[in-house]
Amino acid sequence: MTVFHEPLQQQVSEVISELKHKPGALLPILHAIQERLGYIPPESVGSIAEALNQSRAEIHGVISFYHQFRTTPPGKHQVEICRAEACQAMGARQLEAHAKSSLGIDYHQTTGDRTLTLEPVYCLGNCACAPSVRVNDEIVGRVTADKFDQLVSELQTQKLEVLS
Amino acid sequence: MSKIYIPRDTTALAMGANQIAAEIAAEAEQRGEPVEIVRNGSRGLFWLEPMIEVETANGRIAYGPVERTDIDSLFNSGFLQGSTDHPLCQGLTEAIPYLKKQQRLTFARAGITDPVSLADYQSLDGFNGLKKALQMDPQAIVDEVKSSGLRGRGGAAFPTGIKWQTVLDAVSGQDQKYIVCNADEGDSGTFADRMVMEADPYMLIEGMTIAGLAVGATQGYIYLRSEYPVAHQILNEAIEKAEAAGFLGDNILGSGQRFHLEVRLGAKAYICGEETSLLESLEGKRGLVRAKPPLPAIVGLFGQPTVVNNVLSLAAIPFILSQGGQAYADYGMGRSLGTLPFQLAGNIKRGGLIELAFGLTLRELLEDFGDGTFSGRPMRAVQVGGPLGAYMPESQWDTPLDYEAFAAIGAVLGHGGVVAFDESVDMSEQARFSMEFCVEESCGKCTPCRIGSTRGVEVIDRIRNNENREANLELLSDLCDTMIDGSLCAMGGMTPFPVNSAVKHFPEDFQPKTEQGA
Repeated sequence: MTVFHEPLQQQVSEVISELKHKPGALLPILHAIQERLGYIPPESVGSIAEALNQSRAEIHGVISFYHQFRTTPPGKHQVEICRAEACQAMGARQLEAHAKSSLGIDYHQTTGDRTLTLEPVYCLGNCACAPSVRVNDEIVGRVTADKFDQLVSELQTQKLEVLS
Repeated sequence: MSKIYIPRDTTALAMGANQIAAEIAAEAEQRGEPVEIVRNGSRGLFWLEPMIEVETANGRIAYGPVERTDIDSLFNSGFLQGSTDHPLCQGLTEAIPYLKKQQRLTFARAGITDPVSLADYQSLDGFNGLKKALQMDPQAIVDEVKSSGLRGRGGAAFPTGIKWQTVLDAVSGQDQKYIVCNADEGDSGTFADRMVMEADPYMLIEGMTIAGLAVGATQGYIYLRSEYPVAHQILNEAIEKAEAAGFLGDNILGSGQRFHLEVRLGAKAYICGEETSLLESLEGKRGLVRAKPPLPAIVGLFGQPTVVNNVLSLAAIPFILSQGGQAYADYGMGRSLGTLPFQLAGNIKRGGLIELAFGLTLRELLEDFGDGTFSGRPMRAVQVGGPLGAYMPESQWDTPLDYEAFAAIGAVLGHGGVVAFDESVDMSEQARFSMEFCVEESCGKCTPCRIGSTRGVEVIDRIRNNENREANLELLSDLCDTMIDGSLCAMGGMTPFPVNSAVKHFPEDFQPKTEQGA
């Protein structure tokens, strides 16, 4: 069994006690945990269930229903490629193929250096300037293969800037 | 001091608006030319983004699409002093034909104002509807909405006034009713909700507050999709300012009336745009569709009477209250009254938002506004109404943009999203994607949608591989009928629309590759 580190447990407890009184508190709690930790540790399910007076199965059911929630730590940056029709009309299929082959990973996977996690997304609402990609909270339009490579290389070099 | 407008809308940002704003500020400082930069919303002329505007005595002059490399030449051309001598100059913004030809009721302020400035909002009729509503009794507010003919923008096009009447008449055991704004705009090719929230959030806040006064609800929730981080930020800023200024809260403008508003984030589930699934999600559950009846108007959020309206419906309310329901109903045709914001997207040269009265044709929209494809290749198919909408071939492009006219040919207008494809599209691949999307996004509650979509992908794969093609085409047709007739909600019930339309109008794409062109 994985040991649930104290600091993580502490953060999860803080989030729960802050939000559990809201009506329909579960999604806000899950968002807040993922926002802080990058994922929802499976070990936190028990304390959420207890706080909301629900079963663990119910909490697990909600986490697994939504595409947003993940139960493993992601890479440092999340890159989402839009797969919806407006982007398809502008070459999103080719962009997806390029991204997967140049990064050497498939959707829902993280690069070996843990810099980047690749996810699909269905519409970023930037449909008039497709194809679109979201890098963390930033949306980028008219993404070509070259522009994608440039985005990725900026993410990979950012690490060095922080250290210098 | 020159005043420059640089949008903070998602699309403008996606095309580099933040960097442009920073570099213009730096360049102005270096040149000793004082500027005030206002971060407005977008006008929705997205092919020109980032479109910056300079205020002059004659009105605002637009330049776009601006790239970093243009900044030096813009300054050299004297754009800050109103000189229009630059290749990117589009002239007076209001005179750009794309904008001038529109009839903007809902988007009247979009792109003109700083979205979170209360002063800007009030200087352009903001909160006039709310002030009127505070003087009216609830029934009179509902009657005004009824007389406008406003219909829901989520797809089903249900009359908004009737829905409000049901909630007003409903008796709540706990003395609590809710206003829920469906801001889970998940359809590809739609961004009108996003534009409202990013360009004019107070209009939505005002519309929801009026809805609360009309039906006796004191709590509102905006269920916003998490794919819209910019809208999230702007809505929260706007709500905080509106509360501080007394437009929301326990004592709205000193009237003693109460309304609270909170933004709740979705978690990437397309099905949560369906109203009952959205309510389940707001309650903290899996977004499983509820069987109707009971209607959410009677048993809604937390079991209480609830108005669930789309962003655009609620955003139309301030105009209806301030100008009167009849002023709204004077636009449009037949039973489709008022205006509809159309959204042009995909492979289109001039994509953007076009608000017009119902009634112009799809072709006018594609040609007069869109100016053809982005790629320059011939346009082949147009999907209207999101991923559950039909693919329309050129023979259908003269259909007027009207709910009934679209229904008559088996298509849907839905939220007004229009996605264009050029001749390189493979329609069997698009049909397959529609089924695949349903597999990915079905809530799983009913069998036709959950299993039918998986089987649909398999059957289309067999057709594409030329395995028993005729028999499999027949099987696909049967499967689509089962999904249409047997699904609990529009997810399974409408996924066959794009599939059937692709098979019907583009049969050559379902032929074996070797036979093509033979």
